[in-house]
Amino acid sequence: MKRVLSYLLLSVFAASASAQEIDPTAESRELMGDDNPAFFWETRGEALWKEARGPKKANLSQCDLGLGKGVVAGAYAKLPRFFADTAKVQDLESRVLTCAETLQGITPAEMLKVRFGNGDDQRSEMEAITAYLVSTSKGAAMQVSMKHPKEKAAYALGEQIFHYRSGTHDFSCATCHAESGKRIRLQALPNLTAKADAQKAYVTWPAYRISQGELRTMEWRLNDCFRQQRFPDLQYGSEAAVALTMFLAKNADGGVLEAPTMKR
Amino acid sequence: MTQHPFIRSLALAISLFGLTAQAAAAKPEPDVAKVLQQSFKEKGQAGLDRLQQDETQAACSTGKPVQPEAAAKIIATNQASVRDPADGQYLGDWKAGEKVAQSGTGRQFSDDPAKPSGGNCYACHQMAEKEIAYGTIGPSLKHYGKLRGTSEPILKYTWAKLYNAQAFMPCSLMPRFGHKDILTEQQLKDVMALLFDASSPVNQ
Ligand code: HEC
Ligand code: HEC
Repeated sequence: MKRVLSYLLLSVFAASASAQEIDPTAESRELMGDDNPAFFWETRGEALWKEARGPKKANLSQCDLGLGKGVVAGAYAKLPRFFADTAKVQDLESRVLTCAETLQGITPAEMLKVRFGNGDDQRSEMEAITAYLVSTSKGAAMQVSMKHPKEKAAYALGEQIFHYRSGTHDFSCATCHAESGKRIRLQALPNLTAKADAQKAYVTWPAYRISQGELRTMEWRLNDCFRQQRFPDLQYGSEAAVALTMFLAKNADGGVLEAPTMKR
Repeated sequence: MTQHPFIRSLALAISLFGLTAQAAAAKPEPDVAKVLQQSFKEKGQAGLDRLQQDETQAACSTGKPVQPEAAAKIIATNQASVRDPADGQYLGDWKAGEKVAQSGTGRQFSDDPAKPSGGNCYACHQMAEKEIAYGTIGPSLKHYGKLRGTSEPILKYTWAKLYNAQAFMPCSLMPRFGHKDILTEQQLKDVMALLFDASSPVNQ
């Protein structure tokens, strides 16, 4: 009941949040104590993970996220990584898509019917599953492997994408995220090439976005930054998405996972 | 015995070809442009052509400071793109210019292509003193006209700077508003007035 009440309070707050730009996250945290609505997504994600679904009527509990079949806790802290069975570097989301296809017979297209949720009208299964899996790594320190040549190659590719200027505005990620202490309007811009900022940015996603009343994942964050960059639509689990995630995750090495968090 | 000149140039051509082929092979794998083409889908007004770099963009994507030779080339190419206003008038209406400077929409896949784009100057610059929600990627432009006056050379420079920032500063983070057709000639004039008009809030 307390949760529902604070959820309601929160949506009232969300309506005014967009008008006000200065860190409302802290305020709402006070308002809500420890109750983060991301909890609803985590719960839904856990249920989806454990439910027998798809043509094969199987659940996802035998999915190997890198630490062995069925091991969930701590796995996110070591992703992306190379997987021998797919011969690819995969991030959490692309790995979940592989597992859903092989274990349950659910195609990526079906899993991604709703990539990014929109309140109660359109719920995203991937966002819920991601929130659940990441939450089980809370407190773990990021430790991304660079041992396999394909892991090194993915990092190098991600770094190139980070600096790739193109489109009508000549923007790259580096335009907004390669210098410390800068801001756009009043929004502080993390320097994603510097350790402390890179860690903070990475370990705090997924996050419940107060202004949107939605849980958002890193896939969403990248897609939306590319939108602002005037690029087209980044495809979920694509080679570029995984490589860029590899670059961000490795730069965040040592950072302690806090997600799901709450953000503006 | 001397070689026939034709044979010599042929040999030269072949060895040159060999060199460029080697250079291509030494390029970092995999090809980032190709990966991007395969990793995006067109949406709204943003087609996959947005991922194709022009020469300037490619030269500014290395993640390292641009080298003198490349810098000179960028300046030359971008200088050549600048078009002065057709009627020779640099200054429009500062009130319209303030709207352009405030607006951050335009050219995103979520934007209506029928609506005019903004310049989003406040995202990166301080301008009018009363607007406190300004970004810091670019230098402050507060009192721009008041400090510099409105002589022909300064008007001409500023017009060219807004038209194509890289005509002066290679790999500038500022969009090339005229060259890339982000702002119309009239919008550029209005923003110019915002910077120079004595009654503009920028100069108060
Ligand atoms: C035009 C400027 C711009 C560009 C280009 C841009 N971003 Fe962002 N980015 C932002 C803004 C604004 C925020 C939100 C900051 C906030 O909420 O305080 C942000 C937030 C982020 C965050 C989350 C930071 C946090 O602590 O929550 C990440 C990660 C990120 N961007 C990555 C990228 C990547 C990767 C790219 C290139 C694909 C990119 N951005 C391109 C402006 C940009
Ligand atoms: C993405 C950030 C960004 C945006 C948006 C932007 N600028 Fe800039 N601007 C810069 C940077 C960085 C510089 C400094 C480097 C340079 O000279 O190119 C600059 C430089 C300038 C200068 C030169 C200042 C001088 O002292 O010579 C002017 C004038 C200027 N900007 C005007 C504008 C106007 C007007 C707009 C909106 C139509 C605008 N800028 C939008 C980033 C930006």
